[in-house]
Amino acid sequence: MDLELMINSFPKLLSAAVITLKLLSVSLIIGLFIGLFFAILRLNKNIFINKLAYGYSYVFRGTPLLVQIFIIYFGLGQIEYLRSTVLWVILKEPYWCAIIAFALNTGAYTSEILRSAFQTIKSGIVEAGKSLGISNKVIFYKIQIPIAIRQSLPAYGNEIILMMKGTSLASTVTLMDLTGVAKYIISTTFKPIEVFIVAGGIYLFMTFIIHNVIKYLEKKYSFN
Amino acid sequence: MELLAFGDTGWGDELFYATLMTIAVSITAMFIGFLFALLFTPLKLSKNKFLNFIANSYTTIIRGVPELLVIYLFFFGGTGAVMYVASIFGYNEYIEINAFITGAFAIGIISGAYSTEVFRGAIQSIDKGQFEAANVLGLNKFGKFFKIILPQTLRLAIPNLSNVWQITLKDTSLISVTGLVEIMRQSYIAAGSTRDPLFFYSFAAVLYLFLTFVSMKLINRLEVKYSRGY
Repeated sequence: MDLELMINSFPKLLSAAVITLKLLSVSLIIGLFIGLFFAILRLNKNIFINKLAYGYSYVFRGTPLLVQIFIIYFGLGQIEYLRSTVLWVILKEPYWCAIIAFALNTGAYTSEILRSAFQTIKSGIVEAGKSLGISNKVIFYKIQIPIAIRQSLPAYGNEIILMMKGTSLASTVTLMDLTGVAKYIISTTFKPIEVFIVAGGIYLFMTFIIHNVIKYLEKKYSFN
Repeated sequence: MELLAFGDTGWGDELFYATLMTIAVSITAMFIGFLFALLFTPLKLSKNKFLNFIANSYTTIIRGVPELLVIYLFFFGGTGAVMYVASIFGYNEYIEINAFITGAFAIGIISGAYSTEVFRGAIQSIDKGQFEAANVLGLNKFGKFFKIILPQTLRLAIPNLSNVWQITLKDTSLISVTGLVEIMRQSYIAAGSTRDPLFFYSFAAVLYLFLTFVSMKLINRLEVKYSRGY
């Protein structure tokens, strides 16, 4: 055990963890909107729209995140037309490519979580709203969404933790996130165990915090 | 299409073998995962606090740390650990471990943590009366486990194990960082030499979709088989 290395690498890894958290929070926020959008499409009665939304979630849940990042980072740059548009400002940055991939990935899982949450809402609740003369829009925003959020909290908590682990793939497109820096230190010092303990410890700490925040929210928004 | 031709001109045969490699690594990793689950599930269910602690640390750490970090640990640390053990037995030459074994082992340990949780949940949801009935019938420990508990556990566990299989299959793409030539690595090589990453990575995505689709179909049949009588 090389304690000195562990103490020396701790601040470096900690500042890299900030990048991990940034990647995580930005992609979660974008992913939540994408997920909500596709969950609503899934509830649509039009078969074509329905199938389209299902296709999106099937493709993104059925392929590895690594493939998705590589397609966006290495693949899209190949299209000449894209290089001439404004989009290229975003797509040439590995940071934004990683975020686009993460957001689309977590969006697919989130859409499934929200869809099942919407579907488990008892039809009586919606009918009660209608019989009170509340408009469909208000029923959706004030009744269905709050209930769906409560229903999906446990599953969404798992998704946040899975996504946090997913952000480690940003290191494959040159970003120096927690895993990227850990790999760099390992490959220069050849002390994998020490670095793993420190970096893994930081990840576990973040998992622990997320887990407890979700638990607190579940309690706060529970019906009883 | 000529990019996918078989033989020297295209990448068809290379990608075909790479797909077989992905399947082989996934199955090996899943199997190693089962071995870990077989070891840790009893510890999780044990009444001994210390054994409980060991099993809980295993599943918590592995499920809370990114897969890529675990793979780096094995990739960089595996050789050192094996050489250290070998040096105790007086063997001091350089030992290189096969990328397949390192990869399958790393993914297997990850897969095992998820399998352990699945088996624990399944065994815990079996009615207590089943254990008591088996005792009353005078079955010994093995008979009780293999004839009464295991078949019922499998029925409950298969849907969740199918999720673990999907995770394992997708995680094998991460082994490409160690140089093992599976779908992802082969696409990387092909994309590099043809300068057509969009095509090859999209094709890799199609291959993964195909694998998940086919395995879902097979698992559904298994599910039907184990649900006979319900």
